[in-house]
Amino acid sequence: MSITYLEAIREAQAVALRDDPRVFIYGQDVGAFGGAFKATKNLAKEFPGRVFDAPISEDAMVGLAVGAAIEGLRPIIEMQFADFSTAGFNQIVNQAATLFWRTKVPCSLTVRLPFGGTSGSGPFHSQSLETIYAHYPGLIVMTPATVEDAYSMLIAAVAIDDPVIFCEHKFLYYHLKAEALPSEALPIGKARIAREGRDLTIVAYSAMVHEALAAAAELAPEGWQIEVVDLRTVKPLDTDTVMASVARTGRLLCVGEAWPWGGVTAEVIARVASEGFGLLDVPPQRLNAKDTPIPYHPNLWAAHRPTARAIAAAARKMLRL
Amino acid sequence: MYQTVLDAEAGGGSAALRDLHLSAYRFMLQARLLDEKLASLYRAGKIHGGVFLSRGQEALSVSIGVSLRKTDVFSPLIRDSAGRLAFGESILDSLQTCLGSALGPMRGRDGNVHRGRPRDGYLAMISHLGAMISVVNGALFARRFKGITDVVGATCIGDGGTATGSFHEALNQAAVEKLPLVLVVANNQYAYSTPNDREFACADLADRAVGYGVTPHSVDGTDLSACLAVLGRAVAQARAGGGPQLVVASLLRLCGHGEHDDAGYIDPKIKNSPLGRDCLKVAEDILISRQWADATELAQWRNEAVRAIETTVARVQREPAPDPFAEQWTAVSGTDLRETHEELGV
Repeated sequence: MSITYLEAIREAQAVALRDDPRVFIYGQDVGAFGGAFKATKNLAKEFPGRVFDAPISEDAMVGLAVGAAIEGLRPIIEMQFADFSTAGFNQIVNQAATLFWRTKVPCSLTVRLPFGGTSGSGPFHSQSLETIYAHYPGLIVMTPATVEDAYSMLIAAVAIDDPVIFCEHKFLYYHLKAEALPSEALPIGKARIAREGRDLTIVAYSAMVHEALAAAAELAPEGWQIEVVDLRTVKPLDTDTVMASVARTGRLLCVGEAWPWGGVTAEVIARVASEGFGLLDVPPQRLNAKDTPIPYHPNLWAAHRPTARAIAAAARKMLRL
Repeated sequence: MYQTVLDAEAGGGSAALRDLHLSAYRFMLQARLLDEKLASLYRAGKIHGGVFLSRGQEALSVSIGVSLRKTDVFSPLIRDSAGRLAFGESILDSLQTCLGSALGPMRGRDGNVHRGRPRDGYLAMISHLGAMISVVNGALFARRFKGITDVVGATCIGDGGTATGSFHEALNQAAVEKLPLVLVVANNQYAYSTPNDREFACADLADRAVGYGVTPHSVDGTDLSACLAVLGRAVAQARAGGGPQLVVASLLRLCGHGEHDDAGYIDPKIKNSPLGRDCLKVAEDILISRQWADATELAQWRNEAVRAIETTVARVQREPAPDPFAEQWTAVSGTDLRETHEELGV
């Protein structure tokens, strides 16, 4: 028996609903229909009165979740696509993210963002928005790369007292499978060494972890041992694990699917440069999507985001220095 | 109580109606005097940031506060100092926030009208207009989820705020969920400086209620008796399961948007129309003409309110300001979820 990344997300929500009577799910088409991606399949039937269809009102959806969180509930909001969360942006960054700091009342809610590119999805169904949410104080931003993390981190997200932006990658929904769901997990905020190596560190998160691992496999026959760090959460960012890896390898390449200006990759490089400059043997580099909206056509889309081949090429340049 | 009052009103007056008016008037008076104190503290340079007064909107606001129970949900907006006091906020909370006391509910982290005690159903507004309506919806949704009934949630907005997407989304959401929401629109004729004809094109904002499947109410916001009757009715209907209620009150803001604003844009014709009446004076006339109070009592209540405000100002001015060196510079509650980079790098 195997379980997909998407099924893990569905199972995590079933566990949260089963174990905590304060949890409910609110989003577009999440009820009897089971969600646009079927991430809430059968949950409305299994948990009557706990899963609610919302009107197409992202602002009001998040606002309702904040009000419910103030009253002690633990809402899970499903955005149909991460892209549409910008229509609820104000409530996330100005209401949910400021509540605890302003009033001492924690805002325990989870906003699930199906995000990232899939071929043919175009400019408004492909975006990676972890950077803009990480920019705001008060939010936790999770970017699980594995089936196991999708499951255990979503369960953790619902249990956390702070608002969590849970970025689940649509490309991984069906492609990624595991044999079983985990019973243990790394703590939230702790990065994972996805592959050990000694020559160069690639820091990645979410789907880019798999591109980085493929690049590492491509470089292995050439004699290079690449270490891949999976950040798991981009906020808080596990600077210590990154720094320890760079201390071993002396080379840092950061890879993200989001746009290049600012962002997670820039943040990682800024931290390593300011705290660990002496650890670096070559200038740190980063790879991101191109600075345009995300194209529809598969030819353009494949060239828009970092791929294993592009990562391997960037790594080779750094390794020859 | 409100149904009793309404029945009594139909019957031509009663002790309950008198007591409701007297209680409401005293909160209005406290709010007006508190506003005047804040304005003078602002002019004396004792207040950081803005000061936003409720002058002219006290009758409407207080009617919301006295119509709610302590177990209800209230999310006041910028000009609700009377409603806040009537819902149970202390003068102390208000002054501690406006003067930036570290001991106040907002601890110097937020100021002026951005204050509340969310755990008590008293929400702290953010500045983005319309954004609090769906939060009230969420609180009401949660109460129902927990099996708590007999609850009403009220929130306020201005004519300008009705033009936001948040207003539309939240009112529609409340209607879809059949929530006991009372949404009060204070049409004070200007959104900051922008007149009604640049904010909306419908004849009457109350007409919008029909489109949402919501019950409309209209009221003269300068008339305390009318406001008490209409808000009492709207709150009672929401409590009885009648779904969301939209109350639109017509009135005029008798001050600038904030104390930095001389409101020179207000048309003198509106000032001199019935909309420009001072609701506090109108309320006093009601009390006197119905012989529910005399001039001596009004003067005594004024003196009591002034004393309470002055005493509290003196107390708050002795309280400590927030200390940046003792401040917890983190916005997340989970101690294991905080960023550590700043400590390492700065």
